[in-house]
Order: sequence, then structure tokens, then C-alpha cells
Amino acid sequence: MHTTVMMAALTKALKPILGRHLGNTAKVFGAAVNSQRGKPTYTILHLWPSSVLKGQIIPPPAKYGGRHTVALIPGDGIGPELLNHVRELFRFSCVPVDFEVVHVNSSSTSEDDINNAIMAIRRNGVALKGNIETNHTMPPNHKSRNNLLRTSLDLFANMMHCQSLPGVQTRHKNIDIIIIRENTEGEYSSLEHESVPGVVESLKIITRNNSLRIADYAFKLAREKGRRRVTAVHKANIMKLADGLFLQCCKEVASGYPDIEFDSMIVDNTTMQLVSKPQQFDVMLMPNLYGNVVSNVCAGLVGGPGLVPGANYGRDYAVFETATRNTGKSIANRNIANPTAMLLASCLMLDHLKLHDYANMIRGAILTTMNETRLHTADIGGQGTTSEVVQSIMRIIQSGGPLTTEI
Amino acid sequence: LADVSHVMGAIKTQSPLPRTFSRGMVQDPSHFDVLVMPNLYGDILSDLCAGLIGGLGVTPSGNIGANGVAIFESVHGTAPDIAGKDLANPTALLLSAVMMLRHMGLHGHAKKIETACFDTIRDEKVLTKDLGGNAKCSEFTADICRRVQDMD
Repeated sequence: MHTTVMMAALTKALKPILGRHLGNTAKVFGAAVNSQRGKPTYTILHLWPSSVLKGQIIPPPAKYGGRHTVALIPGDGIGPELLNHVRELFRFSCVPVDFEVVHVNSSSTSEDDINNAIMAIRRNGVALKGNIETNHTMPPNHKSRNNLLRTSLDLFANMMHCQSLPGVQTRHKNIDIIIIRENTEGEYSSLEHESVPGVVESLKIITRNNSLRIADYAFKLAREKGRRRVTAVHKANIMKLADGLFLQCCKEVASGYPDIEFDSMIVDNTTMQLVSKPQQFDVMLMPNLYGNVVSNVCAGLVGGPGLVPGANYGRDYAVFETATRNTGKSIANRNIANPTAMLLASCLMLDHLKLHDYANMIRGAILTTMNETRLHTADIGGQGTTSEVVQSIMRIIQSGGPLTTEI
Repeated sequence: LADVSHVMGAIKTQSPLPRTFSRGMVQDPSHFDVLVMPNLYGDILSDLCAGLIGGLGVTPSGNIGANGVAIFESVHGTAPDIAGKDLANPTALLLSAVMMLRHMGLHGHAKKIETACFDTIRDEKVLTKDLGGNAKCSEFTADICRRVQDMD
């Protein structure tokens, strides 16, 4: 806490002198101060989504000799090939991140694989993953591996930032929506039973604790990113107790943030408004299932699942993946998948690791490549291949400075 | 659903996840033909699709029960702010009535009224405020009636 206060004061003092270079100076200072303390506790100093947990003690990052170690879970479908591209790009750009690869076999009934993956993420604190396929034909006691990962690590907040990309043609323009979805409970509690044959009861769990937690996360994030309005999405007119509780918690938290406007909207009206006037939304906050539907609608609005990255934050861990969590089995290994979502997710990861220079460099190269219609992949109406897109990004990074290895 | 489609035979069925629908709807709705789903997804997706075709002012619906019992209604609200001012768009309720005629087997009448209604909207001369014009509800209706009469 003391360090945070000191850094804030230092930042204020240095700002007029150093202007835009301040960011780098503060980071260097920040790292130095921490290592000199010699204690295995850290506070987060920079303003990124994970810093909403500012002031809390989190486990030390897996960093040795200036290099971070991150767990990498290739998953199924297009995951492995896209994550290979990420590794290739990181190697090329000399990013100081090493990957600990953990494979998860989605067809195996034993939970050993996923437990290994969870252990690896606990060890490293951060992970980048592809989607692990959930086979519907498996027996009901076979839980979704992705869900298991999220609940075991308590990654309670799923954040997705949907922005219209300048190079991509879409029906609606100027979309800039942050979607915050409760990630661990709600309709995904996997609690179902069939008391009478042919009659299934499924439990939707909404707790006061988790609702307050996610609402607090949303408002803190909105404040830090300078957003003006948070909209809670619910169906409290029908699910009076469950969504009613969620809405009540959101209102309570909202009262503590008078600078941010709060309103609520029923989920069916929300989807209708999204497809007709998406520009009206700023930050959206919702329970699990509505988050699934709304985030997919928004991904479709800005150009498709191949463009939007997603992040899952917990108190101690962070896992980055594509926002819409697709396996893309039908396009796997054909060199036609859009790598943008996964690459932007890796940039979010670099921001989380406070490697902002690398993140901005790669992100800039991706956005420049997006402007080139010739390089668009099939999902956004072009005929480019995955490798062409990645090569172009590497070329742009190389032309930006001497930091790279050979192509 | 799998059991029924096996019995019905010729009709192709798919079962993607609700998120795939919602994304697919937004990107290319022409992929979809008939959608069957439980209550909550239906609520969400029906409003989503209504948004895609122009909103609740033009969306008809019907609630079908056993033995032919059915209630047809528009899905928009009561709009108290424009009630009694001859401003509302009658299309949603009118098309719901057309659905009712079809349900009753009066296909000829249904077809006539539906065609007249679509022609009026396509013409864009007499449109209510929500569709971008400034005609009154009664004028819009009169235009549809005129077209029906011309058809006879």
C-alpha cells in the first residue's frame, strides 16, 4: 500500500517533466522498488484491468531472470495452430515470455489432464489457452473442462472489449462496448437432476457475494478506464429471486460510485437494442448465461469470433483466450483461421505482465495488418491465410525497430 | 428434438449452441430457417431477430396450445405515450391477425391482407413514424384497405 502511494506521488511529480515517457519510467521504478523490498509480496502499480485488485496481496509472478513463464494450453481445433503462431511471434519479437505447455485431452474421462493444467496455472499465475472441446455425447457427470478450470481458479470475471476495427467492414460502426460477465456461477453451476424420468430440474445459482464481487469489479474497471455508464443486463421480471438478487447487488455497488451512471435492461430488449443501436452501450454487466449470449452477439457485430480477445480474471490468476471460446473444428489445420483474436489475447496477457511496450508493438502491427483487405481471412470476407497474416505482422514489427530475430 | 426429427424424416436438423445462434444471427441470418428452443433462449433470440427485421413494431407472434387453441398477439408493449393519438404502427398486430387467419385455414384472405400490407410498406409513400414516415395510423390502414379492394 505504501509503495502505491509513493508511486502515485512520484508519478505526479515527474509528469510535467517527462510527459509521455513517464509510463516507462514509472514501470522501471516500479520493478526496481519491488525487487529491493526482498519480501515475496507485491502490489500492482499500473492501471490495467487486473489492477482493480490493487491493494490486495497476490502470489509473486513466475518471473526469473527478467523472463516470465506462462502456462499454455493448446486445447482443440484451431487452438494449437494459433498458439503456435503466438509462440512464433513472441520468439521473433524477443518477448521475454517462456511457455509451459500443458496438453488437455478432451476425450479422456479422467480429470488428471485438467488438474495438471490447473496446477500449472497456479504455478505460473497466468495462462494463455485455446478452447477445450466439450463433447455433448459424454455422460452428464463429465464436466466441461473449460468450466472446471474457471471455477477451480475462481476466475470470477470474464472481460471482453468489443471495438469496431477500422479495417473491417461491418453493418454497425463505432462500437465500443466492454462486457463483464460473471464467470463462475449462474446457469453454469452444472447442478441438474432428474427426480422424475422426463422431468429435469436445473439449478441456477446466484449468490450475493459473487454478485457484489462482479459488480464491484465492473464499476472499478469503468472508473479506471474512464467509462461513464454501466448497464446491468438481467431478467428479473421473470427470475425475481435470482436475477432480482443480482440486480439488487448491482444497485448497491452503484450507489458507491456516484460518478458512474447505472441503468439496467432486460436481456431480450438488450439483444434487440444491440442489433439495432449498439452504440448506446458503454459497459455491460451480467450473469453467466446472458453474458455468453450478449458477448457472442457483440462479437458478431464487430466482425466475428476471429477478431475479439477475451480475458478471465480472478483474484490470483488470469487466463487469456479468444472471447467467444470456439474450437473451430471445421477450420482446424487448414491455415484459414483468423489469428487476430488469439494474438490480441496474447497482447492482453502482455499488458497483464506489464510488458506494455511489447503489447503495444504487437497490437499496433495487428491493427495495421487489419487495414490491409488483401490479408483478411475468410471469416471477415477475404481470402488470406493465417500464415500470411502472421508474416505481415512480423514484417511490420521488424520495420519498427531492431528488436527482432530473423524472419 | 433428435427423436422427433428421426420420425419426421426429410427435414434437416442441426443443434448448435445458443451462442452460435446469436453470433450467426448477427453475421448472416440467412443461414437459419426454422428454430426450435426452450423458453429463455426463445425469449432472447426472438427479440434479437425482431431487432434484425425492423423492431417490435413489425413482428407478429402466436401462442399455440393443444387442440388448436391459440392466441395471436404483437410482442410490443402498450406504448401509453402514443395511445389514442392515431400514431401507432398497426403492422405487428395486423400480421399477427394474418397468422390467425392461416391458423384457421383462411389462407386466401391471409395472403391478400399480407400482400397488401407488404406492398404498402415497400412503396414507402404512406409510412408511420417508427418506419420513417409521417402518416397516421388510419392513413396507413386506409392504404392497405385500398390495395385489398384493388386486388378483388
